[in-house]
Amino acid sequence: MKARTLRGRVAIAGVGETAYYKHGRAPVSEFQLALQAILAACADAGLDPRAIDGFASYSNDRNDPSRIAAALGLPELRFSNMQWGGGGGGGSAAVANAAAAVAGGLADCVVVFRALAQGQFQRFGAAPPVATVSGEQAMTFPYGLISPAQRFAMRVMRYLHEHDIRPEAQRAIALASYHHAQANPRAVMHGRPLTAEAYDASRWIVEPFRLYDCCMENDGAAALIVVSAERARDLRPRPAYLLGAAQGSEHRNAARAHNAPLYATSSFTTVAPHLYAMAGVGPGDVDVVQSYENFTGGVLMSLVEHGFFTAKEANDVLVVDNLLAPTGRLPLNTSGGNLAECYMHGLELVIEAARQIRGESTSQVEGAEVSMVISGPMVTPVSSLILGGAATV
Amino acid sequence: MAPAASYLPAGLPAPVPEPDGLDAPYWAGTRRGELLVQRCERCRAWQWGPEWICHACLSPEVGWTRVDGRGIIYTWERAWHPVHPALREHGPYIVVLVELAHAGGIRMLGNLLGDPRQVVTIGAPVEAVFEPHDDAKVPFTLVQWKVI
Repeated sequence: MKARTLRGRVAIAGVGETAYYKHGRAPVSEFQLALQAILAACADAGLDPRAIDGFASYSNDRNDPSRIAAALGLPELRFSNMQWGGGGGGGSAAVANAAAAVAGGLADCVVVFRALAQGQFQRFGAAPPVATVSGEQAMTFPYGLISPAQRFAMRVMRYLHEHDIRPEAQRAIALASYHHAQANPRAVMHGRPLTAEAYDASRWIVEPFRLYDCCMENDGAAALIVVSAERARDLRPRPAYLLGAAQGSEHRNAARAHNAPLYATSSFTTVAPHLYAMAGVGPGDVDVVQSYENFTGGVLMSLVEHGFFTAKEANDVLVVDNLLAPTGRLPLNTSGGNLAECYMHGLELVIEAARQIRGESTSQVEGAEVSMVISGPMVTPVSSLILGGAATV
Repeated sequence: MAPAASYLPAGLPAPVPEPDGLDAPYWAGTRRGELLVQRCERCRAWQWGPEWICHACLSPEVGWTRVDGRGIIYTWERAWHPVHPALREHGPYIVVLVELAHAGGIRMLGNLLGDPRQVVTIGAPVEAVFEPHDDAKVPFTLVQWKVI
């Protein structure tokens, strides 16, 4: 049996996004946004959209691949795939699923996409309008434990307690995202810099999260094109090769009513070793990281669980200068991410990771050859991936 | 009898047992002022929240056992931003996750009674307080916690 790996076999050949809007401000429907992003990604790759033969998405995206295939007039549809799980946990997994389809011969050209028009649908951060709840929600909603921020503040509070991590560590993550957004004209928070003083003065959403620890909610769409490595070389001068990917979570991570045996986790302790094993690199080889910010505390835990530093080192490592491109020790969320570029459920982070390999980021890390994405801390399943430049394959 | 005061204002979603009956013994127990959790009748493993089989030995013979409503605060949060219309004018409130060492270390959720601005200490001992909602369309009782 050949080695079971995706390493170097597929690449991201094109990326695209719509304009990013504040939530509820998209001038067109969510489905139109999806089409715009897909066509933009094809144009970026120099690819005829009729070459698409598959779709992968996550988090119950509402835009049905069969309708998209019909709208695009595709000759045939060979692969359609939805990664289970909510939040942004499926962002890297959707890319991996697309890559597995291409590497395994199920399809030749798979689009990974995510579209969100929060103004047209229920917001993530508001309680659903229901009179009764059952199951897991019956154990949480009557206590006012309802929103994602409220669900995950419980985990982060425990983690900060166990490791004596100070609020400044979370603050540095927020400031880095806002700093990078100031260089990125696509960013919703472009032109809206954040200072440490403004962070400290911001209101509590739920302790230990202040306003700026929490992601935005936005309208827009993002898409990327996954093809074989050979084909990518014909399409783009500098494809971003997939070096590795992994998804999942620990033993009984979803045990109900907050009973996961390993509670204070971003869910990556078993996932990250698989990622590095496939990619054939270690944390010291990673040039730049995009780490999904649902909440800054989740980023902190994700970085620890991916081996960039220990929890005991978090107070020392998580200072703003360390996190800034181009000179920081660990350049983080270089487009502005979910906090300040756009909450496109983290697919904008995959696009940014590819841009770093292509040398096209607005906060470029010079010579970036190994570029990581961490998707959806604290949910289950989570996922992460590593992209590499030509020198790595 | 006048309805007991509740920690959070009326109007939040009311809990009802799952349609398949999985957690019905828990909710019935709270109406009697009893805290019932699962314990495997074969391997004696504790289990919470409820599931149809034992996660340790996979036996379907998972029984319900009354446990003493005491524990320690494992983690907590103080919510300020109202995400539900019923909470809009309410102000902050505290949610705790309580570990029950005498029941295999299972954890149970609830609000922490008392001043919503109180200092909360992880590891502090707490005890269960039953909060009946007798006027609900389907009456129910929540399990809350207070520092002892």
